[in-house]
Amino acid sequence: MNYSKLICATSALLLLAGTSSAAEITVAQKDKKFTESKITVKVGDQITFLNEDDTTHNLYSKKGASVFDSSVMEPGAKYAIKVDKAGKFTARCAIHPKMKLRVTVE
Amino acid sequence: MFDNLFSTTPDTQITSVSGRLTRTCIGGFLALAFGVGSLASPLVANAKTLAEMKAEYQRPTSVPYPEDNPYSVDKAELGKKLFFDPRLSGNNQLTCAFCHNPSLGWGDGHSLGFGAGMGRLGRRTPTILNLAWSEPLMWDGRFDTLEEQALGPVGAGVEMAQNLETLVAELEEVKGYQVLFNIAFPGTGISLDNIANAIATFERTVISSIAPFDLWVGGDEDAISASAKRGFELFNTKARCSECHSGWNFTDDSLHDIGLPNDAREEKAADGSMIKIEGDIGRGEFFKDNPALQYTFKTPGLRNLPARAPFMHNGSLHSLEDVISHYNTGGYKRPSLSRSMKPLALTDDEAKDIKSFLLTLVSNDPAVTVPILPR
Repeated sequence: MNYSKLICATSALLLLAGTSSAAEITVAQKDKKFTESKITVKVGDQITFLNEDDTTHNLYSKKGASVFDSSVMEPGAKYAIKVDKAGKFTARCAIHPKMKLRVTVE
Repeated sequence: MFDNLFSTTPDTQITSVSGRLTRTCIGGFLALAFGVGSLASPLVANAKTLAEMKAEYQRPTSVPYPEDNPYSVDKAELGKKLFFDPRLSGNNQLTCAFCHNPSLGWGDGHSLGFGAGMGRLGRRTPTILNLAWSEPLMWDGRFDTLEEQALGPVGAGVEMAQNLETLVAELEEVKGYQVLFNIAFPGTGISLDNIANAIATFERTVISSIAPFDLWVGGDEDAISASAKRGFELFNTKARCSECHSGWNFTDDSLHDIGLPNDAREEKAADGSMIKIEGDIGRGEFFKDNPALQYTFKTPGLRNLPARAPFMHNGSLHSLEDVISHYNTGGYKRPSLSRSMKPLALTDDEAKDIKSFLLTLVSNDPAVTVPILPR
């Protein structure tokens, strides 16, 4: 096996390993709270937020390891983020700012 | 010590003596005295439902302080002096208490606040009552904590207009402050962080006392009138008030568009030309792409309302009747209007009952003494 084939095979294995280890974590917005107050995830994981309330929510992070803004999340809406950087951030609802989810990305 | 304020520590329970609060280390009075299990009411068919409703409004038994700024008497006393000290303003004329006047429910009684040079501000002065339990702060929720908020108005050019870069040096010139800061903050003394921490600590001691409503929640059926009891039920049902005005301080600390008319308008300038005044979009300023956040403002608590008139973020409603009438209409329709805002079809008698209930939230708070400022 020459070096180029070895690198290709190794890369494919790493890619496969990376794909299989990525997880999808679901956190609900329920009773104007997140169902978790803090979670720890790994780089590459996806966090899916689900609005299970009958009120409009939002989801944002303006600083830290992940920055995003879902804009309006109507009841039943989903919003997913993929975390691609290690660190910490806090996901919040701009309408109900006491809703906080502290996320550690390892 | 704050003989006339409600200064408490996380480990200090609040108790009631002849309608006033004093400090005691014997805790848990509210949980014991305000048990709701035996309540019964002729107002609703299901007494348990009423009991459950009342349980949601029980006063807390201790005051929360953040781990990174715990309570101390020295810190709170220092914060009170700073709160009443005009030297915190750029022209040494304005104090925090100028706008947050304890006689006026810790507001100023004006439709819109006044700032540096008696310039009119864009919003009504919010009360600082019961902010220990509140986050975020300000009508638009721009500050997360009291510590963050404390120096905001001090440094704002249109408010107290103090140059924060020189404030520490100004206070260091006051020998009395050097002593007080060193006692309250050993090893760090006067700094912007410590000024903010002291003011925030004082603000957390500003707590409304036990009101007739609290006594009723605690089981005293004679504490409020039949009209007020009907009003409480309406508040939690037909009138939908509790969807936002929830909990013992009657706020969900969230931001809602309650359908007040947009105040965008054209006004004639001095040269005769017409200038366009943009409407206040509240939290929408920070989330311009989110249609749900336009015209949203933070839900204020409802304790001690009469002293806090006029009402709403722009002081546009002058009486409780005006406020109830506004909600009865369902508010101005626009995409951001809260889902809770709907025409209520309240009768005149129902509106009176709701007002009766709101007046039971008024407590007979002890007088506040003005501190002697350090020289």
